[in-house]
Amino acid sequence: MSLNRRNFLASSAALAGASMLPRVAMAADTIKLGSILDTSGIFDAYGKPMDMAMRLAVGEINAAGGLLGKQVEVVAYDTQSDMALYSQYGQQLARQDRVDVVHGGILSASREAIRQTMRKTKTPYFYNVLYEGGVCDRNIFINGVTPAQQVEALVPHAMGKSGKKVYILAADYNYGQITARWIQKFVADNGGETVGVDFFPLDVSDFGSTIAKIQSAGPDLVIAPLVGGAHLSFFRQWAAAGMKDRIPLASTTLGVGNEHKVLTAEEGNGIMVAYNYSQELDTPANTAFKDRWAAAYGDSGAINELAVSNYQGVMTWAEAVRQAGSMDRDALIASMESGLSIDGPAGKITVDPKTHHAVLDVHIMEMENQGMKVIETLAQRQPIDTQAVCDLSAKPNDNTQYEINI
Amino acid sequence: MDLTVVILVEMLYAVASLILISAGLAVVFGMMKVINLAHGEFMMMGGYATITAVNLGVNIFLAMLIIAPIVVGLIGLITERLVIRHLYGRLVDTMLATWGLSLFFIGLATMIFGNTTTGISTPIPGFSIGNYQINGYNFFIIVVAGLLLIGMLTILKSTRAGLIARGAMQRSDMAAALGYSPDRIYMATFFCGSALSGLAGAVLAPLVGLVPTSGGAYIAKSFITVIAGGPSLIAGLFTSAGFFGIVNQIFTFAISPVIGEVALLVAAVILLRLLPQGITAKFFKGKL
Repeated sequence: MSLNRRNFLASSAALAGASMLPRVAMAADTIKLGSILDTSGIFDAYGKPMDMAMRLAVGEINAAGGLLGKQVEVVAYDTQSDMALYSQYGQQLARQDRVDVVHGGILSASREAIRQTMRKTKTPYFYNVLYEGGVCDRNIFINGVTPAQQVEALVPHAMGKSGKKVYILAADYNYGQITARWIQKFVADNGGETVGVDFFPLDVSDFGSTIAKIQSAGPDLVIAPLVGGAHLSFFRQWAAAGMKDRIPLASTTLGVGNEHKVLTAEEGNGIMVAYNYSQELDTPANTAFKDRWAAAYGDSGAINELAVSNYQGVMTWAEAVRQAGSMDRDALIASMESGLSIDGPAGKITVDPKTHHAVLDVHIMEMENQGMKVIETLAQRQPIDTQAVCDLSAKPNDNTQYEINI
Repeated sequence: MDLTVVILVEMLYAVASLILISAGLAVVFGMMKVINLAHGEFMMMGGYATITAVNLGVNIFLAMLIIAPIVVGLIGLITERLVIRHLYGRLVDTMLATWGLSLFFIGLATMIFGNTTTGISTPIPGFSIGNYQINGYNFFIIVVAGLLLIGMLTILKSTRAGLIARGAMQRSDMAAALGYSPDRIYMATFFCGSALSGLAGAVLAPLVGLVPTSGGAYIAKSFITVIAGGPSLIAGLFTSAGFFGIVNQIFTFAISPVIGEVALLVAAVILLRLLPQGITAKFFKGKL
């Protein structure tokens, strides 16, 4: 076929017209998924991969024919690592865009900034991030690991490899404060002793004196729920002081934003962590997921814990919509509460009906050559921390974030 | 006993790092009276210059001590030619302009390096003092800060260039009458100030996780140190860094790092209430 300009124009116009048709026809009738994430600013190491994961999940849902015969449309806002923007964009998603569901929020502060708006406007809200636990609200679903799932697994393992005296270094906001209390509890439960706890604002980057203080306390193990780029300095300075081979380290946050790829192998090797996901997880589901990610984005290096949580969150929501057969909020909640489960890249995830948290696999891992080697897998852990305080089937109107008292 | 030594080393290190992060600003703000709010970003660029050079296979000490200061100095030079030179003597305007510059540099670094944490590991192994392990790199920073002070003192006091620079800063019309071009002198001094900031950023880079917004963490401390130092450049830098560094570490060891930072700020407020012109307006008067 010879191609001259006239019939090229004619055919491409027809093509363009044809491709617009279904879109126009469906524009009035799509399911709107609201996404609210920090895809720029200091938390973008977390937010960008989460955004990629959400778009990957929605793309897969649409490629498989959408939900209830409709395509899913993404309405995404970048909150620029600014907590004030969460309340603004949260309002916009719920009241102006009138989305059918909201996925997003990274820091606990950002979740609390939009949770009440979602509750008031009856917009189902999915928070797909590991966090300090305790949120009890019928309108929210959370699929990240909580301290009881993570710390309960990590502490005995780490203490078993080191000893009974533990020193805790935590980020100074609600996540760090609450997680530090959980660590203290599980250290005590395992017959250990917490010899020191220090909290650091998110911008502290000099840990020289802390490293000296830790040594005078003489612990067998240091557990560090530190958050963000400045706190990464601790792991670097710890290695620079030659402490790495003297006192073992464990963390509940390191690696969530793929920090282990920033630290060199010498700095990172041997640090113990426990998460729902690792890129090194050797399962067919994970291999297939990494291939799909690489096909969409060229390289699977960006995948991290939070990205997989977000992917699994969107997929869980999609499954619930399919089972509910309607976009009605109460039908959605009812199907979520029916013991729904999906198989994600990190294994099976089941929604716990009482707490709206997740029952999931937890893997104990050690950093090795900038990767996370899976040491042990604990299958289907219950969110027992939140279960202890929250029962939405008995108290459906509960709207509290419970904190643990020790 | 061992702990005492460790605490002493940490104190010296705190003083040394304050001297390092404030030296560039002492020249640009203390001498030239340019309120450089982009000082932190000059440090950040020094860090990135080092990391980039090291990743390209350059020896880390060469990258920190030579390449980073030159790169940042040249950036400072361009900035001076394009922006700062139009603003000499206009204190408040320099503040606004350099604040804009700081946003610009953060944006630029984000575009080039991405908004993710990068870093390199320290080149010096840790070693032990009795039962304690200590970061060997601390000593490197102490040595660099010491040499820096001596170097600045020597140049300003005993070389012709230093004399000319000091003269031109005091009375640029007299310097001009004697046949020196104040424009050139200001340009060269700004180059030196920026290079010092770049050096500080470079030397501190292996200790931190670097992001384009890292500069913000240094700016307040460096201004406090320079302002509390007062009119004498070197003596002011040394005394105020010494005072704040020691206060900071005493409270850090006694209570917690957060209280250490608070104590530093409280000390600064009290100091400026008692000595509004800075330490060297009362003590070491007339010294450099």
